[in-house]
Amino acid sequence: MAHLGGGARPENHGGRGIIRREEIAMIEQTNPEVHLEAIAGEPGDKNTRRAFLAAAGVAGLAYTAALAYPIYRYLASPEEMAMEATAVTEVTLKDAQKLPLGSVLMFKFGTSPALLIHHEDGRWISMTAVCTHLGCTVQYEPQADRIHCACHGGVYNPYTGANVSGPPPKPLKLFKVAVNEAGVDVSRA
Amino acid sequence: MSTKAIYDWVDERLGLSELAAFVRHKTVPVHSQSFWYYWGGISLFLFLVQCFTGVLLLVYYRPGAEAYESVRQITFVMHFGWLIRSAHAWSASLMIFSILVHMFSVYFMKAYRKPREFGWLSGMALLGIASVFGFSGYLLPMDELSYFATKVGLQIPAAIPWIGPAIANMLRGGPDVSEFTVQRFFALHVVVLPAVFLPLLGFHLWLVQRHGNASPPSVEALPPAQRKSMPFFPNFVRKDLAMWLIALNILALLASVFPWSLGKQFDSLAPAPMGIHPEWYFMSPFEMLKLLGVVLRGEAGEIAGILLFTLGIVLWLLIPFYDKDKESGQRARAAHYFGLLAVFALLSTTIIGYWTIR
Repeated sequence: MAHLGGGARPENHGGRGIIRREEIAMIEQTNPEVHLEAIAGEPGDKNTRRAFLAAAGVAGLAYTAALAYPIYRYLASPEEMAMEATAVTEVTLKDAQKLPLGSVLMFKFGTSPALLIHHEDGRWISMTAVCTHLGCTVQYEPQADRIHCACHGGVYNPYTGANVSGPPPKPLKLFKVAVNEAGVDVSRA
Repeated sequence: MSTKAIYDWVDERLGLSELAAFVRHKTVPVHSQSFWYYWGGISLFLFLVQCFTGVLLLVYYRPGAEAYESVRQITFVMHFGWLIRSAHAWSASLMIFSILVHMFSVYFMKAYRKPREFGWLSGMALLGIASVFGFSGYLLPMDELSYFATKVGLQIPAAIPWIGPAIANMLRGGPDVSEFTVQRFFALHVVVLPAVFLPLLGFHLWLVQRHGNASPPSVEALPPAQRKSMPFFPNFVRKDLAMWLIALNILALLASVFPWSLGKQFDSLAPAPMGIHPEWYFMSPFEMLKLLGVVLRGEAGEIAGILLFTLGIVLWLLIPFYDKDKESGQRARAAHYFGLLAVFALLSTTIIGYWTIR
């Protein structure tokens, strides 16, 4: 299966690029260590070689993917569980109807914190507590009657969620609130 | 800047071309026993698998009181957690197996002789640490089996006269196996042991590069012209990697077809489950102690057992200093028979051990 070096190149035997059977026999006879069958079939061999390499590459990729997939899913498990939790559209807060006027209740809506405010005027307002600036948790300040983010001083309106001052680019999203005897139902607006 | 210029810049500072020259000139002997050269590499590969899967388990594992719950979560809640855990447990077994094969092949090829004594000693230390890895890792899930295995295993150091009980209490973190034990075994398993194992492994591999592969005495005896060899790169490396691929496939098959189970949570009041037995690589010493206990009852048997083990291991360690002559003589034959005796003792006690569980 050896390629020939030096003077035994196929071109030197008739100058046609491909050598004839009789010539192979002659070369093999004079050089016993050389077998030319492979060279005679070279154009076809190139294709099989390319096809083989391509197949090996695809197999290697498939193998790597088969190893990487379980590892990816394993590491992504908590994220997937969180995704299921964020699919929540309604939360029932038991006994929250007893919340005194001018006070606030922090609760988890899906995976993120949220506020339920019982205003002095009796209005119930609920909104997300995740600041729209960089994601800190905001707090309701009854004395100042505002929602404040301690991280960078963002201020929101405690009735509408509108961003009033500071860096927040967007308002806090409001939730729908329904108060009944057993508790308070909060749902996506 | 061309690639050549970048290479030259790095080469000037790190000496890459010296390394390349070393790799180019390195050869591996070729003879009828060459097959055994792959087992060190397979052990190394399985150790790398252990590091990788171990870090993945570390992502969710919580030592201490929550240990069992976190392993339950890994096994039944996290996607493919069972597979990662199973791969870690199976690879541990396979690694011990391949280290043993590597050790016995080195022994019978007499590859411990001058100048490879340090290779032999460091290799034995690595095997010792690997078995402590196995023992400490076995407790981490804190199920019934790991609880009793640790309880029984720590009876061995506890049997050492005078200082034994103090050592056992220190290892356990108290008089009984508890969440304190799992916490310190965890520290041992993921911090202390790797910190000792890795530099020792580096030393072992460096020695292999320094002295090259040893040929068995029959090949050494041949005139240099008749000895065959192959280039390390790419020929041997290619075969080595093929072996790694085979090892990985066997591991994947075992881990997915025979997933490692998780027993009930340990309960210090529950009786030991039926048919409880140590991992296969601890079966032989366990059975030897049991057999000795039949001959010599009570504490005398335990102490005799520990002495006998210690003596056997010391003799095994010192073999390069006993059997050191190149010519095969009385000592070379004695070492060979000692090796056969060790293999026979390990195999027979392991078989008896498994036979008597049923």
